[in-house]
Formats: sequence, structure tokens, C-alpha cells
Amino acid sequence: MSALVPAAEGEGAAGRLLETAGAWLLGLVWALPLVYALWTAFHPSAYSARFDLLAPLTLENFVRAWAAAPFARYFLNSFLLVTSILAVQLVLSTLAAFAFARFSFRGRDLLFALVLVQLMVMPDVLIVENYRTLRWLGLIDSVLGIGLPYMASAFAIFLLRQTFKTVPRELDEAARVEGCSYLRLLWKVYVPLARPTYVAFGLVSVSYHWNNFLWPLIVTNSVTTRPVTVGLSVFASTDQGIDWSVITAATLLSTAPLLLAFLLFQRQFVQSFMRAGIR
Amino acid sequence: MAESLAPSVDRPSTRRPAGRAAAGQGGLAGWLLLLPAAVLLAAFTHYPAVATFLHSLYSTPRGSRPAHFVGLDNYQAMIQDPVFWQSLWNNAVYALGTIPAAIALALVMALWVNGRIRGRGLLRLAYFTPTVLPMIAVANIWLFFYTPDYGLIDQVGHLFGAGAHNWLGSRSTALACLMVVTVWKEAGFFMIFYLAALQQIAPVLGEAAAIEGAGRWYFFRRVTFPLLMPTTLFVLVNAVINAFRVVDHVVVMTRGGPDNATELLLFYIYEVAFKFWDTAYGATLTMVLLAILAAVALGQFLYFDKRVHYR
Repeated sequence: MSALVPAAEGEGAAGRLLETAGAWLLGLVWALPLVYALWTAFHPSAYSARFDLLAPLTLENFVRAWAAAPFARYFLNSFLLVTSILAVQLVLSTLAAFAFARFSFRGRDLLFALVLVQLMVMPDVLIVENYRTLRWLGLIDSVLGIGLPYMASAFAIFLLRQTFKTVPRELDEAARVEGCSYLRLLWKVYVPLARPTYVAFGLVSVSYHWNNFLWPLIVTNSVTTRPVTVGLSVFASTDQGIDWSVITAATLLSTAPLLLAFLLFQRQFVQSFMRAGIR
Repeated sequence: MAESLAPSVDRPSTRRPAGRAAAGQGGLAGWLLLLPAAVLLAAFTHYPAVATFLHSLYSTPRGSRPAHFVGLDNYQAMIQDPVFWQSLWNNAVYALGTIPAAIALALVMALWVNGRIRGRGLLRLAYFTPTVLPMIAVANIWLFFYTPDYGLIDQVGHLFGAGAHNWLGSRSTALACLMVVTVWKEAGFFMIFYLAALQQIAPVLGEAAAIEGAGRWYFFRRVTFPLLMPTTLFVLVNAVINAFRVVDHVVVMTRGGPDNATELLLFYIYEVAFKFWDTAYGATLTMVLLAILAAVALGQFLYFDKRVHYR
């Protein structure tokens, strides 16, 4: 066996080099679209598909994109959408998860199974009937209308229930001896202990709804309600011709808040997605 | 998930009468806590699922004519609709083409980024960033890539003497182009889950294998991969759902064309319901989508119980 080990190691060194090269090649291919978009957006349109290291840098494309469509309004709409969804999601799923984790009542497990149905059948695929419901409620073309179907999140309930179940019983017994009500107990003991779960779910939720497109496209039809994804698609498909520099600048602009947040809090993002994925 | 579905054993608090009283009230308090979330879930998940079925049995109301019961007529029409079959076929090709590629790449990426490779942080950034971008923005960027003659793909092609090609405009390449975008966007997302799982594998296993002189490939095949099985299944289920749920890039890049070559099921539903306003037929098509998702759920449930050892 001792003869085998050096051989394996020698083979490993060459293999490792090859692997590093492969990893980097793949990394380059993966980074290319974004790098290319950056190139196009920061150069005059004459250079949008011509590579010249001496090409002049410019912010002109961003200025033109910003002036050509009401992006400020779109950003505001997206911001309102994302925050209102997240706020309601957090409150509702905290209450529901607490009930599932710490109360015993008839039909609890059946109800939980019904909640989990949403993990498979998301509102994304029920567009026809949800549109009908929204029209009945008079919420077509409103920010609330975009958000409402997503405000009860099975995913959040599931994650929080898992977390709440790990809280030691002794803690809430102690709190109850002190005469704590359920809601106070939830607020003082459970919520603080579940902080990492809240952060994880919050990041996943915000990036999901900032990026969501098809449902907002269906529900909205005016500037005052369109989130930035829909605004971008309207902008890119109307009359911009093929000025790719401006379109790419607009594209980067619309992803900038999320992308910057991601670059700044990269570790937090990655860990949140990981945490959300481990069941 | 089977584990989480099992009823939890609530420890009865027998120590104090106060505790018992609290448990007695549990029923009502529990229901009240659930109520707001339950109402919204029922209104936007359970009710629409049932309503989809009911409305698929009725005609679409048009002008002064209200909807009337038509039995299975809509389903009959669906079976004779070539575009429906085309979209189903496209979706199958799309799923079978993107899912294995995305998962395999995700696994390779995770193994690389988890190991001691140079520039690990940068690589992870490069792999993961597409995940954070909206599909619509990604589609815009790739649209430029695929532009005939002018786009990057053709420019690189020119270097090798290839002529201009209308990638998104020809039947033979359009769907493949969308699939490339999907794999590019999803691989990094799935990588994260593999990375999380890899970090939970005890290093002792690797050390033991090294002492035994096991090769890396052997170790991967016999130890790592089996241990990653639950993750693979989780990722697989998510990938299948996404393959039927995300059509943003179709809206931006091809609108189902050319000649229905990139028509995916959900995009067809969108067209039928919100372009032609045939909501009854839209509901009928949605039933097919729901049936596919139900099959995935059932498969996952059965498989979880049998094969995957789960912690």
C-alpha cells in the first residue's frame, strides 16, 4: 500500500492543476455575461460590441436610460412591494409557526400538510384563478394585488416551525411562571432566538420578489404600480430600437440594489440561502 | 420532509396545574394564531387549485353570454390542440436538458469551491452571482449575446470563420439557447445546497479513506455522492418545479416562437388566458400543470420514505 500512496499523490498534483484550470475556465464563462454587460453599459454605443482597451468610459448610457423611463417610480414600487410582502410574511408566519410548534390542537397535522402544499403549488402557476380573485377584490393594477398571493408563505412557516421546535421547553415554562402571556412569550423568547432564520428567510424573500416578473406583468398595467422588472421589460421592448448600450445600462440599473447588497453582504447571502435549503 | 410531517410529541406539563390549564386553552389559541395565514393560504393556493378544476368544466364567458357547463369539452379541445402538445413536448425537452446539466455542474462547482482551490472566494462569487439577478435582466443580457452577426456568440464564431446565425430565430436552436440561459442561472443556486451539505460531511471520513489509499474518484463515488443523496433529491425536486414555473426568459427572448419552438406550458397558459382571454381553456391547461406538480410531490414523498437515508 505504501507504494500506492506516492503514485496517487503524483497523479493528484497533475489532476489538481487540471481541476484548477477547469474551475477557472468555468468561472470565466460564468462571469462573462455580467462582465460583458458592464463593458457595454459603461462605453459609448460605438464600442458596445467592439473591444478596445482604450475605449472611453462613460455614464451617458445610464443617464439616457434613467431619463427615458420612470425608473425612480419603478424602484419605489418595487421597494413598497418587497417590504410590504416581507413585513406581512414575517408576522403571519411567526404566529402560524408558533401555533404549529408549540400548541396541540385537533387537526394540526392535517393543517400543516395543507400548508406544505404551497411549497409545490406556488402562486406562480395559479395565475388564471388568482387573477380572477384579484379582479373580484378590485385589486388589479395595485401593488397590494401583486403581493397579496405571496403574503402567507409556507416556506417561512416551515422554516420558523423548525427553528421554534428547537427552543427548549424549560424557557417557556419559566416565562409562564412569571405570568407571561403567549404573545409576550413569543416576542420575548422565540423571536429573538430565531433571528438567523428571519435573516435567512428575509434575504431569500426579498431577492425572490425583487426579481419576480410574470405575475406582476399580468397584474399591473400602469407606471404607478409596475415593479422594476416589469418596467425594464416595457422599456426594453418599446422603441429603444437596438441601442444595446442603453438597454444594458437599464438592465444593470434595475439589478443594482440587489447586486450591490449581494456583493457587500456576500457571506450573509450565501449562508442564508444555505440555511434556507437545509431542511 | 417525511420526518417533519410526523406529529411531534408534545411533552405534557404535569408539574403545575397552571401548565395544564394553559395546555387546555391550546386549542383555541392555536387556531387563532393560525387564522390569518390560513385565510390567505386558502384564498390563494387551495381555493384557486379547486377553482381551476371547476372552471375547466365551464365555457369562457364572452360578452353577454355567461359561462355554462360544458363537461369535458375543454379537455377534448386540449387533446386536439397541437400547440398544447408542442408546449408539453418542449417543456419535457427543456426539463430533461437543463436539470441534469445544472445539477451536475452544481455538484462540480461545489466540490471545487469546497476544496482548497486558488481564488476560491472569487470563483464562488462568479458561480453564484447569476442566481441573484432577475431572470428578466439575465434574458436581456443574453438576448444581446445571441443577436445575429452583432452579438458576442457570432463575433466569436466569426473568428473561426463561421457565418452569422439567427440563434433565437431558428427552430433548431431557439429552445437550446433558452436552456443554456437556464443552466447558467440555476447551477450556482444549486451549488449552494451542495456546498452546505459538503460542509457537514465529517473530515474524518476523508482522512480514513486517505489512510486506506482510496483514490479521490473512488471516495467520491462510494462516500461523498451517497451522503449527498438527500441534497440531490432536494435540488432535483426544486429543479423540476422551476422547469415548469419560470418562463420569464421566454417572455423576453422569444415569446414562444419561432413557430412555437420555445412554447413552454406556463407560457402557453399565460398566452391563452391573458392574450386570447380564454380563461376556461387556461384553467384546463393549468390542470395539466397541477397534475405534473402533484406527480412530483407524490414521487418525492414515496422516494423519501424508501430510498434516501435522511439523517
